[in-house]
Amino acid sequence: MSAKTSVTITVNGEILTALVEPRLSLADFLREEGLTGTHVGCEHGVCGACTVMVDGATARGCLILAVQCDGREVETIEGATKSERLKDLQDNFVECNSLQCGFCTPGMVLTADELLRQNPSPSREEIREHMSGNYCRCTGYQAIVDAVELTAKQRRGEA
Amino acid sequence: MKSRTFEYVRAVSLDEVFAVLDEYGDDAKILAGGQSLVPAMNMRFAAPSILVDVNGVGELSGIQLDGDKLTIGAMNRHADVLNSADVKLHAPLISAAMPYIAHATIRNRGTFGGSLCNADPASELPACAIAVNAQFTIKSSTSARRVSALDFFEGTYATCMEPNEILVSVDVPIANDATYVYFDELARRKGDYAMAGLAAQTTIEKGKFTSANLIFFAVSEMAVRAPAASEMLLGCRVGDVDVEGICAAVANEITPFEDLTTSAEAKSHMMKVLLRRALVAFGEVSA
Repeated sequence: MSAKTSVTITVNGEILTALVEPRLSLADFLREEGLTGTHVGCEHGVCGACTVMVDGATARGCLILAVQCDGREVETIEGATKSERLKDLQDNFVECNSLQCGFCTPGMVLTADELLRQNPSPSREEIREHMSGNYCRCTGYQAIVDAVELTAKQRRGEA
Repeated sequence: MKSRTFEYVRAVSLDEVFAVLDEYGDDAKILAGGQSLVPAMNMRFAAPSILVDVNGVGELSGIQLDGDKLTIGAMNRHADVLNSADVKLHAPLISAAMPYIAHATIRNRGTFGGSLCNADPASELPACAIAVNAQFTIKSSTSARRVSALDFFEGTYATCMEPNEILVSVDVPIANDATYVYFDELARRKGDYAMAGLAAQTTIEKGKFTSANLIFFAVSEMAVRAPAASEMLLGCRVGDVDVEGICAAVANEITPFEDLTTSAEAKSHMMKVLLRRALVAFGEVSA
């Protein structure tokens, strides 16, 4: 057991201070704080279920240590939802039947949100390429691409 | 799937990094992007006693044009290298390779230097570094040395770096008007590790190849040059290349290995596919 360090992380706008072991991942830190919208899947960075926002960019929560986030700003799906900035995307996920068990969904939504901020007119191919780091075992992906495409179209005033 | 316990130190200068590396040797690991190291630790393939976090070390940052070379700091995130106008203009082969590295979220954290030091045989940057004749600046508390890309890589996950050293930056000779590049890899899904890849840098003048560097990756323990095939291109008109002859030359000098997902025969076939695509692309250059 190694000595715990104090970290101060702004999570969803709230300053949290805690004593953590260096090996505690950001994903586990967040879940232990009750923010269980961030999911732990593969723990080696390939499935995307742990995706969170760190200083405004998506990051794998399982591959960042909580200690590394000292002084940083983290946003989880809970915070993003509360801000309502991706409400249209979330509504379209429901509309297009883009989730079943929901395990991949927070990661999918945050990743799609980042794509649409970088590229307001992605083709289906571009959506698939960008989202290829997020795995879904339930839906077969088409409906997820549909929801992202529909959101992009609506934001451009084309639907 | 949780790592073993370790100590953690956040360095703000190279001197602080050296203090840890000198004390702990290969019991210490440098934490940059963590996109390869942390998975290895979570799977307990790696269990260092101490991590020294170099994310705040200023000497490792920056992308600088300095005369005829572009200096890329080791701590640059893949996303920043991908979006860099300087890299696109002066190191087009590296720019072309960046979108193939993992996925967007990984590229937000993973670093240029980290990928090179990890030396995964299926990764893109080592092949690019060799193809562009990059020079690596490596420092320890007692030394500073420059190593060519060819000499840097020694095998699967193996480089010439000593446990007390850190890669500071990489110098890339800049492209000129005659530089033409081609990058492609074959993977089962976008973002997967490559099954076979090709990083090619050439110069084309008056419609003919005046230099060629064909580097294949994911087909052997490290990225490998095809010297005879590269040599065969010299003096050829770009639209009039003996494609099958070049493919045969590559097959003659590189025997791919088999890895967890792909047989040697499949890799041989893929190398030909990539080479043909490259030669078709170069064939369309009108210069």
